[in-house]
Amino acid sequence: MTIAIPPSDNQHAERLQPTGWLRYFSFSVDHKVIGLQYLVCGFIFYLIGGLLAGAIRIELTSPISDFMPRDVYNQVLTLHGTIMIFLWIVPVVNGAFGNYLIPFYVGARDMAFPRLNAVAFWMIPPAGLMLISSYFITGAAQSGWTAYPPLSITTPAAGQIIWILSVLFLGGSSIFGGINFIATILKMRRPGLKLMQLPMYCWAMLGTSILVVLSTPVLAGTLILLSFDIVAHTGFFNPSMGGNAVVYQHLFWFYSHPAVYIMVLPAFGLVSEILPVHCRKPLFGYVTMVYSIMAIVVLGLVVWAHHMFTSGTPPWMRLFFTIATSFIAVPTGIKFFNWLATLWGGRITLNSAVLFSCGFILNFVFGGITGVALAQVPFDIHVHDTYFVVAHFHYIVYGGSVFVIFASIYHWYPKFTGRMLNEDLGRLHFLLTFVGFNLCFAPQHWLGLYGMPRRVAEYDPQFAFVNQLSSVGALLMAISTLPFLFNVVQSAFKGRIAGDNPWNALTPEWLTSSPPPVENWTGEAPLVTEPYGYGVPADQLDLAATSGRDLWTNGQ
Amino acid sequence: MTTTTPIEQGSEESLTNADEHHQDHRMFGLATFLVADGMTFAGFFAAYLTFRAVNPLMPDAIYELELPLPTINTVLLLVSSATFHRAGQALKRSESARCQRWLLITAGLGIAFLASQMVEYFTLPFGLTDNLYASTFYAVTGFHGLHVTLGAIMILIVWWQSRSPGGRITSHNQFPLEAAELYWHFVDGIWVILFIILYLL
Repeated sequence: MTIAIPPSDNQHAERLQPTGWLRYFSFSVDHKVIGLQYLVCGFIFYLIGGLLAGAIRIELTSPISDFMPRDVYNQVLTLHGTIMIFLWIVPVVNGAFGNYLIPFYVGARDMAFPRLNAVAFWMIPPAGLMLISSYFITGAAQSGWTAYPPLSITTPAAGQIIWILSVLFLGGSSIFGGINFIATILKMRRPGLKLMQLPMYCWAMLGTSILVVLSTPVLAGTLILLSFDIVAHTGFFNPSMGGNAVVYQHLFWFYSHPAVYIMVLPAFGLVSEILPVHCRKPLFGYVTMVYSIMAIVVLGLVVWAHHMFTSGTPPWMRLFFTIATSFIAVPTGIKFFNWLATLWGGRITLNSAVLFSCGFILNFVFGGITGVALAQVPFDIHVHDTYFVVAHFHYIVYGGSVFVIFASIYHWYPKFTGRMLNEDLGRLHFLLTFVGFNLCFAPQHWLGLYGMPRRVAEYDPQFAFVNQLSSVGALLMAISTLPFLFNVVQSAFKGRIAGDNPWNALTPEWLTSSPPPVENWTGEAPLVTEPYGYGVPADQLDLAATSGRDLWTNGQ
Repeated sequence: MTTTTPIEQGSEESLTNADEHHQDHRMFGLATFLVADGMTFAGFFAAYLTFRAVNPLMPDAIYELELPLPTINTVLLLVSSATFHRAGQALKRSESARCQRWLLITAGLGIAFLASQMVEYFTLPFGLTDNLYASTFYAVTGFHGLHVTLGAIMILIVWWQSRSPGGRITSHNQFPLEAAELYWHFVDGIWVILFIILYLL
């Protein structure tokens, strides 16, 4: 087969880009630069949110409020929740990996709207700084990340208003990102590439973006009404003025339940990319995976009131939302068993990426089981607003999403930088994270079942030992970031050269150089119709013959 | 198993691929954005309807809204949608003077709507913080009014940019006009729903 390389219009693209490390601080429109901007920016906020979590755990090692005043404790838990959700997990699982990978997966040279993409990213750092600075200026919001009225109306107004503004900014960024992903996946596909040939992460991002576009604006509208209540003294959600606080809860959870899927669906997609590569097996049940994602998207929009079983919800509503929530376990379970079947009989390389992925599967199924339990009204009304919910939630978003973020960093770091990460440090990182995480959050189930309420700085002394156990776990989690940080920084300069495709992977981002050129391929984009075609053992797999590698090696 | 099919030069697919990444997806993006924007209104309407169903007002706090003015408003917006459509057709035929005239009429109708809305605001017997119903009424109509204001400004920009010598919007570059037109139709559609829910129900 003779392949001629069509002339590339690279010069045009390169003229737009500052080069070197400076481009990561610029208004770059390159999706790869933007993806890494999201990733690093998100990780810095993760460290800040982690410090806040550490402050919470220090406070809770003793039953009395001795480490910080109670109102500061409220500010700290509000900032912790808001930062971790809106500035770490949502931007990283969507923005970072989505921007980096989706154009590769659809065979495009960039996202559909590169400039909108850069705008969406650059809304995040100011919003985050605004949120954090509110702590130093007037005192941050104190009403938790849910900002339930009347609490959010009666706590100091300035911090709450800054919180609302920054969440509106972050929501806007999220919506712009979602529009971009939908347009890129549906409209920018390389000719000949069918939807059902896309890597699973594309489907996950399509589903996530649909949720973002449909639900985030409702949160924005709700927060505008809430800010009217605070600033203009209207009474939308203020019962003392004839308003209805439960309506706020409905509107808030109409966004914030899908927000859980916005945080975890992309993680599902990323795991589905990582496992087949390191198990040398095709992804099990591609079609069922796709339908499961779409089923989760549809069901995810009609389960929100299961957060409100103690808010005076009428019986029919309890019944409906219990059943709908239980139904979500079906597509989620399908995905869980598909991952197990992908692992089953594979030639598994137990590297850090796979360890974190398996950690995800384990943690997530546990969080999923407590989730199904929480959906049952008779159980939920007993553990509502206790540490059981805290434990469940952290098993989903930390044990689920954050574990996948780490797995993805170990998997794609060679593509980002061209160098391998240190495996030993990676395994140490996994060990510390996995033990620390489970030690921190598993005991909290017990705390919740025995009635320890969440969001309080003081508690019954009988819970002291379990809380101290949990704090030791948090300490391990804090320590676990050290080998990771050292590894990431050191490997960027001294790591082993990775080569273009160190994992012998078949998805399109590996079929170009590491790090990739500005417009992703020097020649034409390869047409990958079988991204999980690991039918043969790795040593027999002829990448040069099967993957379109010749397309770009010839072009260099 | 063949995982990847390199496309040979000269095949039909690679020819279509040549300008694939230069295709214009802006209308698609705008439509997606309008879905998101519509969801904001959907949230407001849901809140309003729930308030009405769950939080009945005191009998002395209930007002019957006057219908004539909002009906005129509805007509103004519906007519402005038609005039905007005429402007778009004129641009397609490169009749820029006619296009500009229709755009000016459209913007005038939008501004007339806003003025009439203001008149209504000042004649209503309730204020923003009087009760739940009043607050929701002002929030929803105000948010829609904000959309009309932005739309009117956009129309004026499009009007200025479609002037015959020197304007950047021509029959070869219709996107700004089409985008503003889609947005304007969306705002009109929202008003019709708003009119039914707030005034007629």
